[in-house]
Amino acid sequence: MSKEMTGAEMVIQALKDQGVDHLFGYPGGAVLPIYDALFQQNHIEHILVRHEQAALHSAEGYARSSGKVGVVLVTSGPGATNAVTGLADALMDSIPLVCISGQVATHLIGNDAFQECDTVGITRPCTKHNYLVRDINDLARILHEAFYVAQNGRPGPVVVDIPKDVQFAKGTYVGRENIEHKTYKPKLVGDNDKIQQAVEMISAAKRPIFYTGGGVINSGPAASRALRELARLTGVPVTSTLMGLGAFPAANSQWLGMLGMHGTYEANMTMHDCDVMVCIGARFDDRITGRLDAFSPGSKKIHIDIDPSSINKNVKVDLPIIGDCTKVLEALITTWKSQDRHIDRDALDAWWAQIGRWRARNSLAYRQVADVIKPQQAIERLYAATKDRDVYISTEVGQHQMWAAQFFRFEEPNRWMTSGGLGTMGYGLPAAIGAQIAHPDALCIDIAGEASIQMNIQEMATAIQFNLPVKVFILNNRYMGMVRQWQELLHGGRYSHSYSEALPDFVKLSEAYGGVGIRCEKPGDLDAAIQEMINVKRPVIFDCIVDQQENCFPMIPSGRAHNEMILGDMAIDLDAAISDEGKMLV
Amino acid sequence: MSLAQEKTERHTLSVLVDNEPGVLARVIGLFSGRGYNIDSLTVSEVSQEGHLSRITIVTTGTPMVIEQIRNQLDRLVPVHRVRDLTVEAISLERELAMVKVRGTGEARSEALRLGEAFRARVIDATTESFVFEITGKSDKIDQFALLMQPLGLVEVSRTGTVAISRGPEAM
Ligand SMILES: Cc1ncc(C[n+]2csc(CCOP(=O)(O)OP(=O)(O)O)c2C)c(N)n1
Ligand SMILES: [Mg+2]
Repeated sequence: MSKEMTGAEMVIQALKDQGVDHLFGYPGGAVLPIYDALFQQNHIEHILVRHEQAALHSAEGYARSSGKVGVVLVTSGPGATNAVTGLADALMDSIPLVCISGQVATHLIGNDAFQECDTVGITRPCTKHNYLVRDINDLARILHEAFYVAQNGRPGPVVVDIPKDVQFAKGTYVGRENIEHKTYKPKLVGDNDKIQQAVEMISAAKRPIFYTGGGVINSGPAASRALRELARLTGVPVTSTLMGLGAFPAANSQWLGMLGMHGTYEANMTMHDCDVMVCIGARFDDRITGRLDAFSPGSKKIHIDIDPSSINKNVKVDLPIIGDCTKVLEALITTWKSQDRHIDRDALDAWWAQIGRWRARNSLAYRQVADVIKPQQAIERLYAATKDRDVYISTEVGQHQMWAAQFFRFEEPNRWMTSGGLGTMGYGLPAAIGAQIAHPDALCIDIAGEASIQMNIQEMATAIQFNLPVKVFILNNRYMGMVRQWQELLHGGRYSHSYSEALPDFVKLSEAYGGVGIRCEKPGDLDAAIQEMINVKRPVIFDCIVDQQENCFPMIPSGRAHNEMILGDMAIDLDAAISDEGKMLV
Repeated sequence: MSLAQEKTERHTLSVLVDNEPGVLARVIGLFSGRGYNIDSLTVSEVSQEGHLSRITIVTTGTPMVIEQIRNQLDRLVPVHRVRDLTVEAISLERELAMVKVRGTGEARSEALRLGEAFRARVIDATTESFVFEITGKSDKIDQFALLMQPLGLVEVSRTGTVAISRGPEAM
């Protein structure tokens, strides 16, 4: 299909052709022609956010909960700079986004025009790719290419910067048919000989583990199904990074819980002592490995990843398999079955017995008290009250995020949205809004901290405007808890500027926006209050007053190995547990 | 097994890219952002109809870092191909330099004699100066510049290394 239209109309047409139903954005001078074109159509619903950063996080929540590309529209200058945090966040977590930004007219570029900034320059290191469209005749192709690049290979955010004169100019529209990038063609299918070698290594293992990550989620639901099938066939224990939660069901007996800095004892010990590690769509991030030279010292490592640059970046692996998780896992299953492979029964039994002893350590245990709500308890009650519903959880960043990861149990992929790589406070509420847009009838909850929530609290207005019944469940400890915890462990308990002073009354705040506010201070009131929150079909801020001093355990201190975890019930000198080198790490 | 203990090596990478605005910034940004070394970098269009440029980068790092650099370059969207000419081919490397020397009398004739010995061409001359053009491997140019130092070296302008594999195949 090709036809004459303006640049602004092309934007709308290209979005329609890409199957876009929702657009998160905020208007301004440099995108007025596109807003005008939006006004004159009703295929695409525009969600007006209250800050451009939130548009990006909403689009991330939308993308992560639906598997579709999230789409954003922002104006030039401050609109684009406000978008930067969200772009960086999406790049770190490999989330497919297309962000369209307005730019000053072509002849003004470089003149310090009003609301001009070098958007492609600023966003180059925080996007997978970006474009400045100087010619109307490139616009349609670039827009389709942007969608292709955002979702193929390792997904990521793509910026298309469109000067205002290009939005007004007339040109010929080309459809999405056959548009793929001329050089960017990621490899999807794993090499056969590598698949064969992997099957041999896994079947010869005595102490295997599957260490899975966000790549399994990104690869689509088929990857989660294949992971479950391969785990069932082989009997191998499964752990996951923060990003990968839900790919493997928490209710499955082969599930070890999350690994890494705040992962379970059994997951980290299994990683440390395994003899064959299969890393599936994860990237050996420092939160996962702990001290690198003590990371799983005795194991042979297989690494499945779509991005060759993830291989041997932090940890040298024995067998890299470049490809899409779904395709590689399915090939492993086919080969495993056709060769009638199995792991030595006695070895595997002994391994599971050992894992059972680690599990018995009960590393997530915490002590409940009569008159104060423990944050872990609040998450457990929230989970119990919502587990039979269609629920999507997002989080902010801090202790509450880790407790959510530890205590909320996910059975399905795409149900969990958290800022893993960048660790962006302010992520959760807009992400919940994005998930709610994608799943209007679901229960979308942002598990928040009282500090983080204030970073994008203005999105309550978005939720009200679009009738989105999102729930903000604040674990209010009156501290930037994670900062306070590190100050306790590493800085002699000097709580420098980590106290949440001058907090707003969250109940009144919610009411001021037109939402519902609920406060809960006593463990005995928790279940009823949570039920009330669920029953309200409007936005709710739930102010859950929790223990101020609770720390998040278990914990691998920075610079320590997996088998040097600190557990909550250990009486140890925390300061001594962390080396000076460890203190240098974040 | 410790990665830090691996020895650093010097490699020459050839990168074929779309000749589009910003592509060099992407490559340079990758090196500065990730803390890789650039010993030398050259870029020029090599195919007008294909809009292709070729970037030659000389870099140093441990084998693991070099592999990273290669993969990181390869995943940039406008990059067509990356070859590590140091490991994947027997390659030819050349650099061109212009070397300005100022002097009279014995130093001046000595500079001219050395120029001949290095097969440098005189491309500009005044009664008190020469500009030599010299091509060769980078260490030959280093050597030439060093010898010119006491003879009145004024300035040097170098292209950086370009490289190509031997034999009939393209990169
Ligand atoms: C934008 C941003 N600024 C600063 C930080 C550093 N940071 C990490 S956790 C945290 C405290 C979060 O406090 P709160 O939201 O109350 O969560 P809690 O840890 O108390 O559960 C801070 C300041 C960050 N992650 N993001
Ligand atoms: Mg807090």
